[in-house]
Amino acid sequence: MYALREAIAAIRRAPLLTILSAAMVALALFVVGVFGVVTYNLHQALTQIEERVEVVAYVRDDVLEDQVRELEGVLLELEEVRAVRFVSREDALLTARETLGEFEDLFSGLQVNPLPASLEVELQPGFRNPEAVARVAGLARRHPNVEDVAYGGDWVDRLHLLRQVGAIGTAILGMAFSLVAALIIATAVRIAIFARRDEIQVMRLVGATNGFIRRPFLLEGFLTGIAGGLLAAGLTYSAYLVVYRLVFPLDWIPMEWIAGGVIAGGAFGLLASAVAVRRYLREV
Amino acid sequence: MIKLTKVTKEFPPRGRALSEVSFHLRKGEFAFLTGHSGSGKTTTLRLVHMADRPTSGEVRACGFSSELTSDREVWKLRRRVGYVFQEFRLLPGRTATENVAFALEVTGAPRRDILSRTHRLLAQVGLSSSSSMPVDELSGGERQRVAIARALVNDPLVVLADEPTGNLDDRATRGIMELFQELHARGTSLLVATHDLELVRRHPEFRVLELDEGRLVYDSGAVEEGAA
Repeated sequence: MYALREAIAAIRRAPLLTILSAAMVALALFVVGVFGVVTYNLHQALTQIEERVEVVAYVRDDVLEDQVRELEGVLLELEEVRAVRFVSREDALLTARETLGEFEDLFSGLQVNPLPASLEVELQPGFRNPEAVARVAGLARRHPNVEDVAYGGDWVDRLHLLRQVGAIGTAILGMAFSLVAALIIATAVRIAIFARRDEIQVMRLVGATNGFIRRPFLLEGFLTGIAGGLLAAGLTYSAYLVVYRLVFPLDWIPMEWIAGGVIAGGAFGLLASAVAVRRYLREV
Repeated sequence: MIKLTKVTKEFPPRGRALSEVSFHLRKGEFAFLTGHSGSGKTTTLRLVHMADRPTSGEVRACGFSSELTSDREVWKLRRRVGYVFQEFRLLPGRTATENVAFALEVTGAPRRDILSRTHRLLAQVGLSSSSSMPVDELSGGERQRVAIARALVNDPLVVLADEPTGNLDDRATRGIMELFQELHARGTSLLVATHDLELVRRHPEFRVLELDEGRLVYDSGAVEEGAA
């Protein structure tokens, strides 16, 4: 209770210092927030592209409907497979006509439908990588009722590589931004504590335990970090709205990310306070 | 209550502040620590308060030894010792009441006790009317008295005072000395560093320890013991 009272009193006594500290924290976390929005949208775009990764198993012309159902069942039992959709020869021709309108003359002159029936195999989200796609395609190809299999191997490889490069890049940049934010927060909190180093020494000289001295400062650092985090969330959302309305539509980051950023701000503030106070506690 | 045994304190590269100083201040004893500026008075008080540690020798205060008390445990000693700092060392931006109450808050005393004892002490040092003023707005003498009230509010076993009357006029000095004498009468040990020889002369009943360039050159207690 004393710690909370003291922390609030300290903020009231030097509101400008608190505002400046919180603003520094906010600016540091704002950069992380903008990076978060960019990363999230890249992730979303790649996920949307990945959803198109599928295996198409072309069924032999002489296969009966029961055999197609049996093949569908075999594929659905695979752990990599999320759904299987049967595309009849007629549906295939209809789709081809719709998507390839420039060849309408060619299609209308056909006496016989040359397109085979097929099973479009949709994969589970965790199995849209080259290995899983190749395994499902291989299993389908070996089935006696399957004529051929298509899955765009090169395209899947490139997409997977892009995903890996993206993951590594965002991890490195994310860590770098977070580190810079942590250092800025540490500096902001240290400046605030430096201004009160005499207070820490006086506390020790009148018989306060280290824990007693530390608690209000930790709480103050935590509150400053939280305030900075919330301010950063507001700034990031404002920047998002500007881009969304004036440039191009974007997705807003999930609430868990925002909560994580605010809590990280508080945690950095608390940690920085602990380090800074510890230094001054050693002086008397 | 306070015992220094061959205490030497060096501050490299400045040199030696105290050289093999030994004295024993008993329970309830009042002693002036005199000497010119730089003679080692403040260093002696800081060593007793364990704000500094001796380079060699041992300091014992209220049962705590400089050799055995870690920095983490030093608060236990400081709650038994009231220290009036030469430069006051008050918390800026806080009122006189808050400054005095603070020394009790750190001990976890009940809020009601804190307020009553704080008001009593401020009244004793003649600061009742200024108790709600920020210490930054008080005069040097008033701040001195706030510092004294803070040192005494814990009912310490020992009071260390570093030039406690340095900023006070004669009347205020007499008031502070009366307060110290009351404490002494109640059995509190006091070690008062001062360069005011007139103040020392006015109180011949108290022991005098004189330092010169870090050496204890005179101890009226030792003289009396020798005579006895």
